[in-house]
Formats: sequence, C-alpha cells, structure tokens
Amino acid sequence: MNSTLHYDVAIIGAGMSGLAAGIRLAHFGHRVCIFERHNAVGGLNSFYSIAGRKYDVGLHALTNYVAPGVKGTPLGKLLRQLRIDRAELELWPQKRSRVAFGERGEISLAFNNDAGLLESEVARGFPSQIDGFKRLVALIQTYDGFGLDAPVESAREVVRQFITDPLLEAMLFCPVMFYGSAEERDMAFRDFVILFRSILLEGMARPTDGVRRIIRVLLDKYREAGGERRMKCGVKKIIAREGRAAALVLEDGSEVTATHVLSSIGAVETERLYRGETVDDRDVGRLSFVETIQVFDRPTDELGWGDDTIVFFSTSPDFRYERPSTQVDTRSGVICFPGNFSTSPETTLKEGMLRCTCLANYDQWKNLPEETYRADKERWFRSISATVRKILPAARDDATVAQATSATDMFTPLTIERFTGHLQGAVYGSPRKNRQGTTGLSNLYLCGTDQGYLGIVGAMLSGISMANFHVLQKS
Amino acid sequence: MTKDQVKQVVLDIIADIAPDEDLSHLKSDVRLRDQLQLDSMDFLDIVMELRKRHGIEVPESDYLQLASLDSSAEYLTPKFNAKS
Repeated sequence: MNSTLHYDVAIIGAGMSGLAAGIRLAHFGHRVCIFERHNAVGGLNSFYSIAGRKYDVGLHALTNYVAPGVKGTPLGKLLRQLRIDRAELELWPQKRSRVAFGERGEISLAFNNDAGLLESEVARGFPSQIDGFKRLVALIQTYDGFGLDAPVESAREVVRQFITDPLLEAMLFCPVMFYGSAEERDMAFRDFVILFRSILLEGMARPTDGVRRIIRVLLDKYREAGGERRMKCGVKKIIAREGRAAALVLEDGSEVTATHVLSSIGAVETERLYRGETVDDRDVGRLSFVETIQVFDRPTDELGWGDDTIVFFSTSPDFRYERPSTQVDTRSGVICFPGNFSTSPETTLKEGMLRCTCLANYDQWKNLPEETYRADKERWFRSISATVRKILPAARDDATVAQATSATDMFTPLTIERFTGHLQGAVYGSPRKNRQGTTGLSNLYLCGTDQGYLGIVGAMLSGISMANFHVLQKS
Repeated sequence: MTKDQVKQVVLDIIADIAPDEDLSHLKSDVRLRDQLQLDSMDFLDIVMELRKRHGIEVPESDYLQLASLDSSAEYLTPKFNAKS
C-alpha cells in the first residue's frame, strides 16, 4: 500500500464554500475530494436534532433574495454557476423585518424584500437624512464589493459622508454588522456594501426545511458531478515542501496528495496546518455569539408576536458591536422567527420558534467547570428571554408563554468553536480578509469566511470564485 | 458539422448555464451580451462547456470570437470539423 491517493483538488471543509467549489471543479472534470472533520456537512450553516426535532444553526434566512426573473444579482450568479434551478431551493420570502432601537424597541425602521419600504421608513423617521440615504444607496448599487481588488476603506468614514445622524448610522450598521462583520466597531466598506445589499436592498427568504434544503441541493449536485467526500476525516497537517502543499495528513494517519488545495477552515486555522501551533492568534476574530432557541406548541403570532421575521435590536442608541466585557451583551442582538416567512399552507411550520443571538465573550466561557458553565447558560438564557420580552412584548402573559414552550436550547462560543473549528468561536472569522485567497504555499488557497464574501450566498460565491480564479481559469 | 448545427451547440450550452434567459428570439448577428444578461463568468462557462462536451479549446485571446451566434459559428465550425 505505497500508492498515495492523488486528487486534482483537495478541499478542506464541507461547508457552503467548500461544497460550492467542489461542484464547480467536479463539474468540469477535476477529480475532487472534500475532507470534513465532522459527520455533518454545512459547516457554519448546519443543523442538528434533539428529541426528533431539527434545529438549524447559523442560517436565519437566505439573504440576497430577489424575485424570480431579476437578473445580474449574486443569487442569480450563484444559481447559474452551480447549475441550480431556483425552484429546487423553494424559497419563501420574509414577511417583514425591522431594526428596533430603544429600551422597548420603540424607534423602528421596517424593511422587507422591496427596498422602497426602507427608503420610506428613513424618510419618515429621519427626514433630514433621506437625501443622503438615497445617495448612499446609489453608491452601494454601483459599487463592486465582490471585486478581488476592491480597496479596504473604513465603512464608517464612507457612510458618514452621507449620513450625519448618529442614530441612523447606528441603525444601518446594526443589521449589517450582526449578519457578517468579523471586525469590531467598524468594517471595510466593500464588506458593508455586500451585506447592506444582501439584507436591505435585496432581502431575505427561507427555503422549505431551512438550511437542510440548501445542503441537500448542494450535496446532490456534488454527487452528480462526480465529487468525492470523506466524512469524519479532517486534515491534521499539511506537509509543505518547496513552498507547496506537498501532501495532506488525514486524521486517520493516512496521506493524500493533491495538485491544488482549497481550505475553507479559516486563515489562521489553515496556516496552523502547515506551520504548526506557533502561528499566533493575532488575526483570530474576537467576535462570537450565544444563541437561544425556544420552541412553542403553536405559531408565534398566536402568542402575540405578530409578523416580524427578523428584528435587529439595540436597547441603547449607542450600538456597540464589539467583544463584550461580560459573558454576554444583552443590550443588542438579533431575534428571528423562522415561522414568519410567507410559506404555503403545506410548508407552514406547525411549531413556533424564536431564536435570539447576542454578542458573547469567548474567554469568559472558556475553561469553566461543567457545573458553572451550565448554570451560566441558564442564567443568560433567562436574561436574553427577558430582553426579548421587553423589545417584543407578547400579548400573552409570561405564564402562558412558559406553558406554550415545548423545548429550549442554547449555544455558546464554545459550541461554535467545537462544531465549526473557528478558533475562539469567531463565527465570521478573522477581521483580516484575503480576497485573493492566497496563502504562504503556492498551491494552497483560502475560500469561505476568511476569503471574505459574506452571507450564505457570499460563502457559496467565495467557493465558486476561488475555484474559478485559482483552478479553472488556469487549466 | 454545419454552421447551424454549431449554433445549436452554443445555444444548448447557453440554455444550460442561463436557464433563466429566453433564447427564443435571439438574433444571430447581434452580440449575445446585448440581448442576454451574460457576464464574464458566464462566457467563461461557455468556453469550459465547449471543452468539456466537445473537446474544443478556445484560447483566451479568441474569446471575442464568441460575441454573437454568427461569429461563434464562423469561428467554431472549422474546429468541430477538424476534430472529426
């Protein structure tokens, strides 16, 4: 057994970007294998089951939603590049979302999949800002945030040229940052453009069965194209020789070789595979989250929560997107009602669900004794629920809501680190993005989070563009 | 292969990579880009599908030859016929 398996392309990680890259490469005849450490695919966007109930992680909604027939947008590019028929995803548009600021979320900007609603909300709530807002939107619409050479400018500085009211600035940054910024307090304008467009100008939808549908479609395409995958088989080490990734050592100790290697596991995480643990963590992201999940025995509107799909909230006008000094920062967050998409009667969720995501401090969750960890989780769960009740009062009293609750769950930065492999549970990876995807080895490239296209459509486009740029356009 | 057959080959590829485009009224002497929403990623895919399905190589310097259906047929027909 001296013969080592050789692939044209080895892909590390079966998340959205790895699968998308794999589909492209296998479709054009490359021998591809995806190596995935876990038994489940999806990476940051996956699902799990408890007591027969399936929970999505990561994905609240597919952003970049546009109506059928709208062309030239990221979603359309993605579908074409992967040869996915849009009907396969069965997308149901959101009902309506909001950015809600103030102690009780009383200052509100509603938006939906028609950008006109947000514009009229800004005109209503911030009449002095509407002209600047329109000019900002015009700039965003013509700005190529996806360019491989797009410059890195401060989004705060650019946005302030158009928006002078700090409250409106905070309310625009809040959804954009929560849905993808790896950077604290500010972000690159090119990333702001991608996210602003994907959430506020295009919009949100949910596939039937949530993230499972997307994963199933991707897996089917990959299989049809002839791609291979090895599950529960992570890459332990990359052997570097003469500036190239010469071989991959797998967790079972065997070795494979590949002409090209695409890694979706993160920049620092990848570098450690060939330089060892000595790679410092300066570039590791500092932002992580907790998420609470509550399942109810009835749809959430029957508890009085109405039609909101996603609510990005901040109880203070001074919205701070940074690693908190406490375990969790309940002053801001994202509330999602997965049941509030305009589905057909057959695909309506029977149970209500409420998810709430808040910023969290990885260090303060790490190395806790098991008992303390559990107690802290319970304490923060209660605290987050209380915040949600303040921002979105239910018509029913606490006792009724408690009685209607059929299951709860919560994940922490440690859960994220364990299941995604992102150091310190940094969901959105390193604040330093690398658009070209190059690494210290000439045939090893990054795709996914740290290449820097954001959102779930962005993640898939990242895999596609790195496969195109580094492999398909060169062969 | 006739030029019309080669046009059909190109049309079949476009139909697969851009199923959301209506190809029924395409004028063969007008640039594809002016009639359809095709970007550079789509053109790259036309080239790669030609190679995958028919073993036809189009070097990057010749991409402009694929601007319209007519020019594609003009350029590709000899390549198809040289193969068989």
